[in-house]
Amino acid sequence: MLNTMMSYLGSTVTPGEAGNQFWALIYVLIIFAGVSVAVMAMNWLERKALAHFQIRLGPMRVGPHGLLQPFADALKLMLKEDIIPSEADKMVFWVAPLIGLLAAFTVYTVIPFGPSQAVSDMNIGILFMLGVSSLGVLGIVTAGWASNSHYPLIGALRSSAQMVSYEVAMGLAVVSAIMMTSMNSTGTGTLSMIQIVQAQQHQGIWFLFKFFPLGFIAFVIFAIAMVAETNRAPFDMAEAESELTAGFHTEYSGLRWSLFMLAEYAAMIAVSSIAVTLWLGGWMRPFPNFLNAPAWGFFFSLFPGLTFAGLAAIAFIGTARMPSDSFFKIQRAGLAIFALLLAFLALVLFVVAIVGRNPDHRLLASFREGIDYVFWFVLKVAVFMYMFIWYRATWPRYRFDQLMRVGWKVLLPISLGVLILTAIVGVLVP
Amino acid sequence: MVPITTLHYLVVAAALFVLGTIGVLTRRNVVIVLMSIELILNAVNLNLVAFSRMWGNLHGQIFAIFIVVDAAAEAAVGLGILIAFFRNRETTNVDEIDLLKW
Amino acid sequence: MNPTINMAAAPVATPVFFYGLAAAAIISGLLVITRRNAVHSALALIVTLLSVAGLYLMLYAPFVAGVQIIVYAGGIMVLFLFVIMLVNIERASKERQFNRMWPVGLAASCALLALFLGAFAKGKALLPDRMIPIAEGSNTQEIATQLYGEVLGNGQYRLGQYTFAFEIASLLLLVAILGAVIMTKKKI
Repeated sequence: MLNTMMSYLGSTVTPGEAGNQFWALIYVLIIFAGVSVAVMAMNWLERKALAHFQIRLGPMRVGPHGLLQPFADALKLMLKEDIIPSEADKMVFWVAPLIGLLAAFTVYTVIPFGPSQAVSDMNIGILFMLGVSSLGVLGIVTAGWASNSHYPLIGALRSSAQMVSYEVAMGLAVVSAIMMTSMNSTGTGTLSMIQIVQAQQHQGIWFLFKFFPLGFIAFVIFAIAMVAETNRAPFDMAEAESELTAGFHTEYSGLRWSLFMLAEYAAMIAVSSIAVTLWLGGWMRPFPNFLNAPAWGFFFSLFPGLTFAGLAAIAFIGTARMPSDSFFKIQRAGLAIFALLLAFLALVLFVVAIVGRNPDHRLLASFREGIDYVFWFVLKVAVFMYMFIWYRATWPRYRFDQLMRVGWKVLLPISLGVLILTAIVGVLVP
Repeated sequence: MVPITTLHYLVVAAALFVLGTIGVLTRRNVVIVLMSIELILNAVNLNLVAFSRMWGNLHGQIFAIFIVVDAAAEAAVGLGILIAFFRNRETTNVDEIDLLKW
Repeated sequence: MNPTINMAAAPVATPVFFYGLAAAAIISGLLVITRRNAVHSALALIVTLLSVAGLYLMLYAPFVAGVQIIVYAGGIMVLFLFVIMLVNIERASKERQFNRMWPVGLAASCALLALFLGAFAKGKALLPDRMIPIAEGSNTQEIATQLYGEVLGNGQYRLGQYTFAFEIASLLLLVAILGAVIMTKKKI
């Protein structure tokens, strides 16, 4: 039993390559659980961060500083009455959120959290990702149509027109990143996600900085297009409350609406992971080639523990700063428990980082590398998630015709230009 | 179980082809006729890719890619014709679109 | 790079996946041609296209599968759904669905099916009875070489076998875009 676990942890190939279905299933379950937790955390962070941007406090009541708010929301949505419009097409109404969820979650099959930590490293990883995320449009169109009501239909058509337009710019930006993987000694590129990150490692530079500013412009185009793909602000005309009474998911209530929300946040995390893999070096720690002394490796492997220790310190400070009213006793106790939990996690990570240097403890050693890779990947994706919330708080909404103009007349020519220039520079520079 | 050979894929492709033909010949709604044509094209693609696997070269797959591109162009133009016709005659039934000039 | 696939896992799982995908494709094909509501037919066609993409993956054609999902399921079917909503076939779903000649059409298609099965029965001896296992190379790279051509070592460039057809396909798409735009304008 322990041997099988260690063979899983210490393996150098993905479960797809090894043909091991049980191991792949475990990965899928871990990813599913991780994404669900991330979506709940994202929900909380969005409400608190938006509130602080708007100089108010956000949810403070439900748990200490609103930490249990996502659970309360989930409970409320599950207990709400499931209303189906009377003239709606019941089967299509039922299946539409599932299509959106399917499209959002299937992308996680190819996302690499480490050099062998992906469910399956397909040869056509990027092609698969682009194709599956274009299936998400179908979920929105069927949802809008199945509601049999004007506002959802208009919202769905607008939303799907927007997604289809920005897919083109997204695809071209991705192609220019793929082209950069072929600028090595053999001249062969790759579509596989793990090999894209390894190409960045071999070429010694994140594709963000390669042929500056070409890689950077391609990244910016992808960043804008991915915000439009997920229908987030400032491109959220189709689902904004003040414009179209919530657009394509107007008629959905309770658990069905929460499926749409889950699909939206999961899609956000998925496209951010794609951006991190293609341009920001995936799972690599900063400067893996330049600062490659073992001391630097040890220093960077302390970062997971330091992050959680920092979070635990913030939580402890929050406990100390809570008013000492007897009214706040439970919240204070709850926040203290949460801080202790974070401190415990930090301790575990420190132990793994320090003891895992010694190759005698094989279980901990293989664990340590995996944790390092996953940590740096998740840190970069978390930066993107915060940027999503920042955009929503800061920028006003695009009007629909302005949105389409930007997609077709601005992003598409720029991405074509970047593609051609990348090709030319790649040939000229040895 | 009997190992899966090329013939299995050919039978599936033939079934899809016949289903598409039935759709083209019997349905009245133009959009569904166009969708049946897409079924026929898919059956042909499956046939080509199965034979490409049998021979071990890539010609069938490349032909299949070209057919997909062609089907996209044809679907776009066909649906454009349908919309233009619908604007004039308000019907989507093939047996009511039967005048050369009115 | 990727090693050869694990053939020990293949024979157990392959028939299951094949029969599952083939059944999904044929059943949803049946649903496409028999549904009264055009949106239901479109959704069934999406299931068919995805099953056929799965069959392509089993035939070691990952690039064709990717192109099928992106172009067919993600592009053409969205176009179909848009047009179905624009044309408003609500009224059409209450009318008669099959035209008056449907027995003749059905008989002709059954004859066609009999012809196919007869051809398969007669020609079965020509097909090899076991598929050769292929090493998983870079299918995309080879297709790209055939479509784009390749750069030879001494600074020369050789056209691929299908480069000319590739250029013509791009011209075809341009003509299709122009045609669709002109066809749907209210005033040319």
